[in-house]
Amino acid sequence: MNRFMAWTAIILGCIYFILPMTGMVEFSLSMRRGVYSLDAYRVVLADPVFQATFSYSVIMALFTIAFGVLLVVPTAYWVQLKMPEIRPVVEFITLLPLVIPAIVVVFGYIRLYNTSSWLPLTGSVTGTNILLMFGYATLALPYMYRAVDTGLRSIDVATLTEAAQSLGAGWLRIMATLILPNVLGAVLSGAFLTFAIVIGEFTMAALLDRPAFGPYMQLLGANRAYEPAALAVIAFAITWACMGLIHMVSRLSKHKRVSH
Amino acid sequence: MAFLDISHLEKSFGTNRVVKDFSLGIEKGEFVSLLGPSGCGKTTVLRMVGGFETPSAGSIQIDGVDVVGLRSNQRNIGMVFQAYALFPNLTVAQNVAFGLKVAGVDKHETAERVTEMLTLIGLSDLGARYPFQLSGGQQQRVALARALAVRPKVLLLDEPLSALDAKIRASLRREIREIQQRLGITTIFVTHDQEEALSMSDRVVVMTGGKADQIGTPFEIYSHPTTRFVAGFVGTLNTFDAVVTDPATGAITLGETPLTLNRAIAAKNGAVVTLAMRPESATLGTGQPGDVTLTGRIAEVQFLGAIIRITADVGGQNLTLDTFNRTDMPPPAIGSDMAISLPTSSMVVLVE
Ligand SMILES: Nc1ncnc2c1ncn2[C@@H]1O[C@H](COP(=O)(O)OP(=O)(O)O)[C@@H](O)[C@H]1O
Ligand SMILES: [Mg+2]
Repeated sequence: MNRFMAWTAIILGCIYFILPMTGMVEFSLSMRRGVYSLDAYRVVLADPVFQATFSYSVIMALFTIAFGVLLVVPTAYWVQLKMPEIRPVVEFITLLPLVIPAIVVVFGYIRLYNTSSWLPLTGSVTGTNILLMFGYATLALPYMYRAVDTGLRSIDVATLTEAAQSLGAGWLRIMATLILPNVLGAVLSGAFLTFAIVIGEFTMAALLDRPAFGPYMQLLGANRAYEPAALAVIAFAITWACMGLIHMVSRLSKHKRVSH
Repeated sequence: MAFLDISHLEKSFGTNRVVKDFSLGIEKGEFVSLLGPSGCGKTTVLRMVGGFETPSAGSIQIDGVDVVGLRSNQRNIGMVFQAYALFPNLTVAQNVAFGLKVAGVDKHETAERVTEMLTLIGLSDLGARYPFQLSGGQQQRVALARALAVRPKVLLLDEPLSALDAKIRASLRREIREIQQRLGITTIFVTHDQEEALSMSDRVVVMTGGKADQIGTPFEIYSHPTTRFVAGFVGTLNTFDAVVTDPATGAITLGETPLTLNRAIAAKNGAVVTLAMRPESATLGTGQPGDVTLTGRIAEVQFLGAIIRITADVGGQNLTLDTFNRTDMPPPAIGSDMAISLPTSSMVVLVE
């Protein structure tokens, strides 16, 4: 009986996920009447706007990840090491982006950093890009911080730090050779989430008027039929590739017990 | 001045005074243990020497240099922790090489030193393993090798054996002591285990409430404890109340029995002092001439193998005595009255 219920649950779950997916894939292949073809994909991939917006978003994602790692890893490390009592406060702050809508954040940015403000970031393309990256980093903060904090808690940060210090190491070396490698798995999963968020983000990019992938998808979805489906399948493929990569990396880190 | 000189060290956390007027001089190559119950401030003293806590007052000098102002990575000390603290992302060899890499020692010499260290701890063929692939005892040996590889001026060990099981603890104890003597490295060893402290150390510092209660060789600490705390904390002890009748000659009365210790007692005439004695000092039967002989009723006999621990009731007070098991003499029967003799030379007077 139990077995039967379990199988039912699994099958229902599969239907829930797989049916829409197959539908979408099927639709994305149906651009040419009567036969399956990759025409929709060909059109999308050949579109110079796709190429431009996609590369823009990938680059923005990489910068956001780098910025997020440099911001979050030392912060989480320092909080754990020196000020464990303020952890709840920091956790609360990192959760704020989940309750403050992106549109509020971006309007705040525009008000604070407009061309007549003390720091006119929106006045130049680079400035706006930087602002957008900050915005992305804020959106990714809850996931990044949580992942890294959990990773740090799985090692004895305080004692490892002291051991390294007694061997003569300074902060930079401790961060680079001990802390970062030991939370690499956590950092990677944070990075993957950041990547996914940045690639799909619409509000901030649109309001700051940057040529990102999110607004492009929206535009395409509003005006075409088959191409958006192809785009969605591509986005899925990227996501899954990321997951596969993370899984591989975590298996390759030799110093961890491999769980079978 | 001693090689490692700690003088009038103080440490408070908020209003909690954790270390109080702690002074200790350690000679080069000496192995000194800090022994005391949990929470008495041993770790805090060690961490101040290591540079992980800042003293509230007092000075710490290593080889003539005041190190209080130096960060721990400038002090050239080796540290071994209870939790091993090996770097999980590095192999055994990389762990041992870590300090050398930091110090900028060249590759060739590093490799040589790592081999030397791994041979020293008897793990020369495990260099390529990761810490999680080693047993607790092996991990702690690697931690020791890692600390020693940089040739530190002082080696600090904080309860390094407490996480290990009894058998490994005993063998590693001997191994650590042997390595320490071979390298002649100045060492502070923190433990709450008296057996560890007594068996490994050149000198033992018995601590209580943040203070050094007594500093001495294991023999001195065990045989001539100077305070009631030391006497009670180290080993098993019989204590009796006695009244001083003549402090100059050491005449006292123990119950109804007058006896003379033939050494001065630092107490007034008529004062009540505590007379302490180790279980192994007392013997069954009449002992040497000059011994005090009392009569006791055997209350309990514990057969421990080589040793028999007997508890006797002497005039209402319990007295514990240890005798070696002898195949030609079975242990006394419970309830029988036996003569028990106590040599006056082994009696310690605890004033306070
Ligand atoms: N960082 C700290 N903050 C506050 N109190 C501390 C700190 N470290 C140690 N203590 C206190 O100092 C006392 C001595 O601790 P410790 O030196 O670790 O003792 P031991 O090693 O002898 O067990 C304890 O009461 C402990 O609670
Ligand atoms: Mg301790």
